Amino acid sequence: MTYRTLLGALAGAVLLGTFAANANAAEFMVVDDTIPASLTGKAGDPAAGKKTAINKKKGNCLACHVMPIPEEQFHGNIGPNLGEVGNTMSAAEMRIRLADPKLINPGTIMPAFLKPGTTRVLKKFEGKAILTPQEVEDVIAYLLTLKGDLPQ
Amino acid sequence: MRYKQIMMTAAGFLGIAIIVAACAQRGIPTGGDLKSGYFYSMPETQAMQWDTEANDWADFDNPGFIWVDQGAEQWDTINGEEGKSCAECHGEASSMAGVSTTYPKYNAEDGKLRALQDQITDCLVNRMKAEITKDWKWEGDLMLGMTAFVKLQSRGMPINVAIDGDAAPFYEEGKTFYNTRRGALDMSCANCHVDYPGSWARADLISNGLPNGYPTFRLKWQKFGSLHRRISGCNKNIRAEPYGRGSDEYTNLELYLASRANGVASEAPGVRR
Repeated sequence: MTYRTLLGALAGAVLLGTFAANANAAEFMVVDDTIPASLTGKAGDPAAGKKTAINKKKGNCLACHVMPIPEEQFHGNIGPNLGEVGNTMSAAEMRIRLADPKLINPGTIMPAFLKPGTTRVLKKFEGKAILTPQEVEDVIAYLLTLKGDLPQ
Repeated sequence: MRYKQIMMTAAGFLGIAIIVAACAQRGIPTGGDLKSGYFYSMPETQAMQWDTEANDWADFDNPGFIWVDQGAEQWDTINGEEGKSCAECHGEASSMAGVSTTYPKYNAEDGKLRALQDQITDCLVNRMKAEITKDWKWEGDLMLGMTAFVKLQSRGMPINVAIDGDAAPFYEEGKTFYNTRRGALDMSCANCHVDYPGSWARADLISNGLPNGYPTFRLKWQKFGSLHRRISGCNKNIRAEPYGRGSDEYTNLELYLASRANGVASEAPGVRR
């Protein structure tokens, strides 16, 4: 009885600790170099995703990618052009590339949007991922609409 | 689609190739595969540093000379309890030709790596017994001006830092810093400046990250500034805690950057975007 209570309390404390440590790190299941399941269970909003993609303090995708967003000047070309990414990649493939691309390409320059940095992170960003899981789902919903038929 | 991207990259590399060829013709050392930030600058920025029509440095258009002139004035100014000026010991400033290209440099007296600023500070404090006022701090106007004035005496000469012997451990530290991912974006210096020079990050053409133009007049700052200030900005861009200007970490990194620039002409005072 006492043992059980003690064990239970201990297990509870450990669990709580784990959750606390990962409060900002999203949990996801990787299957064959993809993350098939939605991170939130809520459908992504493509319009919100486009805004997150453009926002320099959020996705800042245009820093490295050409996208069909002609109203924004100066797109980077470090990463691939995303104009047809909705034809070439599934949501599950996009999700792992946004959540933690180093899981499939350890040398990539692309940041992990759902994994906080670990080395000399600026105080105000410590323990924080760049995007929330819902923001990632929104960006995926937007990227899925890019079928190569929009001007860029 | 892809066409636009390929053309952007091609235009970038073609521009660099043309200017490198032109410089080689004029006998300005361009080094090996790695090129000065000058070659990754827009023509308007380049024109503030080099006058292609006159085939000479554009010192009249280079705002860095506002600081260099202050440095030149200080060279002959008596400062400190010893009643000495720089000229008292060193004579004409031209005697400094070929000195700055070997910095950062190991100093046997204190067993530390010294940036040129550290050497100037040592002269001020120990030989001249002068006070380090705000203007003589790392990012102060007189320190920037004196550093650039001394470097001006070596302008056009190849960077030539030692990385062996006593300098080796400092070089290794700098190299490790360069290749370590850091910040919320988890990027290393090498992720951009080794893997993607010639590519665009929005409106910025990524360079080889060489230090040969510093101190530089940076258009974004509208001010003359040190290499360590620039590195600090890089660190903050990737959301990493910067180190202090003049810190051991940045001086070690400066040695590593300078070693990448070995053979490339010293351009300080430079002009950069």
